[in-house]
Amino acid sequence: MSPEQQNNAQAQLPQVDGERPALGRLHQQFPEAILASHSYRGDDTISVAGDSLLPIMQFLRETPELSFETLMDLTAVDYLKMGKSPRFEVVYHLYSLTHNHRLRVKVPLPEDLPEVDSLTSLWKIADWYEREVWDMFGIKFRGHPDLRRLLMYEEFEGHPLRKDYPKSRRQPIVAQRT
Amino acid sequence: MRVKSETVTETMMLNMGPSHPAMHGVIRIILELDGENVVDSDIEIGYLHRAFEKEAENATYNQVFPYTDRLNYVSPVINNVGYALAVEKLLGIEVTERCKYIRVIMSEISRICDHLTCVGASAMELGAMTAFLYMIKAREFLWELLEQVTGARLTIAYCRVGGVKADLPENFEQEVTERFVEVRKVLNEVHGLLTKNRIFVDRVDGVGVISKEDAISFAFTGPMLRACGIPYDVRRNHPYLTYDQIDFDVPTETTGDCYARYLVRMEEMEQSMRIVEQALRKMPEGPTNVDHAGRIMQPSEMVDAAKVGKTRDMKLVQLELSPNLEGSERQQHQQVNALAKNVVLPAKEDTYGNIEGLMNHFMLIMEGWGIRPPVGEVYQAVEGANGELGFYIVSDGTDKPYRVRVRPPCFAFTAAIPTMIKGGMVADVVPTFGSINMIAGELDR
Repeated sequence: MSPEQQNNAQAQLPQVDGERPALGRLHQQFPEAILASHSYRGDDTISVAGDSLLPIMQFLRETPELSFETLMDLTAVDYLKMGKSPRFEVVYHLYSLTHNHRLRVKVPLPEDLPEVDSLTSLWKIADWYEREVWDMFGIKFRGHPDLRRLLMYEEFEGHPLRKDYPKSRRQPIVAQRT
Repeated sequence: MRVKSETVTETMMLNMGPSHPAMHGVIRIILELDGENVVDSDIEIGYLHRAFEKEAENATYNQVFPYTDRLNYVSPVINNVGYALAVEKLLGIEVTERCKYIRVIMSEISRICDHLTCVGASAMELGAMTAFLYMIKAREFLWELLEQVTGARLTIAYCRVGGVKADLPENFEQEVTERFVEVRKVLNEVHGLLTKNRIFVDRVDGVGVISKEDAISFAFTGPMLRACGIPYDVRRNHPYLTYDQIDFDVPTETTGDCYARYLVRMEEMEQSMRIVEQALRKMPEGPTNVDHAGRIMQPSEMVDAAKVGKTRDMKLVQLELSPNLEGSERQQHQQVNALAKNVVLPAKEDTYGNIEGLMNHFMLIMEGWGIRPPVGEVYQAVEGANGELGFYIVSDGTDKPYRVRVRPPCFAFTAAIPTMIKGGMVADVVPTFGSINMIAGELDR
């Protein structure tokens, strides 16, 4: 990350106040890893660097004031047609049952190496969520025990939710497996 | 003398589904069995994958509604409401008070339908055919109610961005009261048939147990999580619409087994009826049905007048009307739709009666125009019948959503099936699978 980008990220820092404890704590704890943050329409969002995802998630889950016990959702977005760089973003939605608050964590991933650490060691549901994202977007999760396709079949070629996968593309019917 | 240790045993693989009556034809469970015991299992899903998320990227915001009907097709209104709320959050608009109450009422009636189906079907899979027939009868009463409002039974596409398609019909409150009497009767009967029935309880008590920790780790929500003793309910924890003004209980159980889920669902139906009854009482009054001169005008009169070109005074006339598209709907339209001309289609008599309405309508229908939220992203959760139903929408500023992601509640439960059935008997797979209420429409999208 260039110093200029870092300055931009710093400029977007939210006010550390009581209402948004997660953002404030994260900025204190991981000043290097946080690329950007916003609270558009009241949804607290934070962009983090891929290599520090695992420690950040662990911190979010295990800090008593934050305690995000639930990985509510995990998905990805392909920004190819919006011209955003890097191309992919993996989006995590966290929820805390204890404190009743939510947080969105995003990890930008480049087109040539769409890989991020797996969260299967923290949440069991991450297993299936990550399989679905691999299936639909072709994003790899390092350390996932069994990264197979989930919704599509093994012989399917390509990743259908990528923006360069045409909607009308048809694939041949596969022969019955023996 | 018999030497036991020399007996060689090996495990057996068994395919349960997709063509199995208890698997509803849409999921395959590959079981590894040691005799009757489940040693391990793997789940294969995707049989009902229809590329909802891809299709939504190629449709305008309002065109996505029919697709959302097909997510959880037993309670389509809740999907409609969830998606509508997400787009409205993206746009930053709020619907009218009456519309909020209508959405609450319709959602809760759908929730009862969903629970009736779930409890009835899972009881049937255990042999309790009577309970199933009774509950489907009750569901029929409620579906007729939904049909009166929306015009369809299953794929209803009732909500619109910024409002709903139509106002409630006349005598709706009375209809609801009458039908709830019937539904309560059925619920009492089912309580009598199942709740203390030895055959039923033996099959579900202590079966398909999941611990609190596992439930959280698997991101459980809804009745499944409440059966583990965690009172998480989106309607209570993140109130949307008017749930914060309505008094209702969030039932919980502690054991986390199939029986607890059954009890939670049975109680939730009663709570949903309470919510509907309160909402009907609290809902702001509907149309007054008088025009600027204090005179009621029938829609047929208005249509006749318009046919001969007498449209000059029509702009001010408040008309009584069937809430659909036959004749006038302006009065109802204002009651149930947000005041946002860039989002909500104008009332039909405006579209056909004056140039502003026609232009407004045209602008919203034209390709490339329509509803164009600002660039951004939102996540909106509602309490679906199965749990938290979340919509994550990314907008690029055009009239089509850039990305629509659904967080289906039963995805988490299905992922946890191997954990719940491990160590149990083959026969326990059926009640466990029945109790998670897997709806392939939202699971596979």
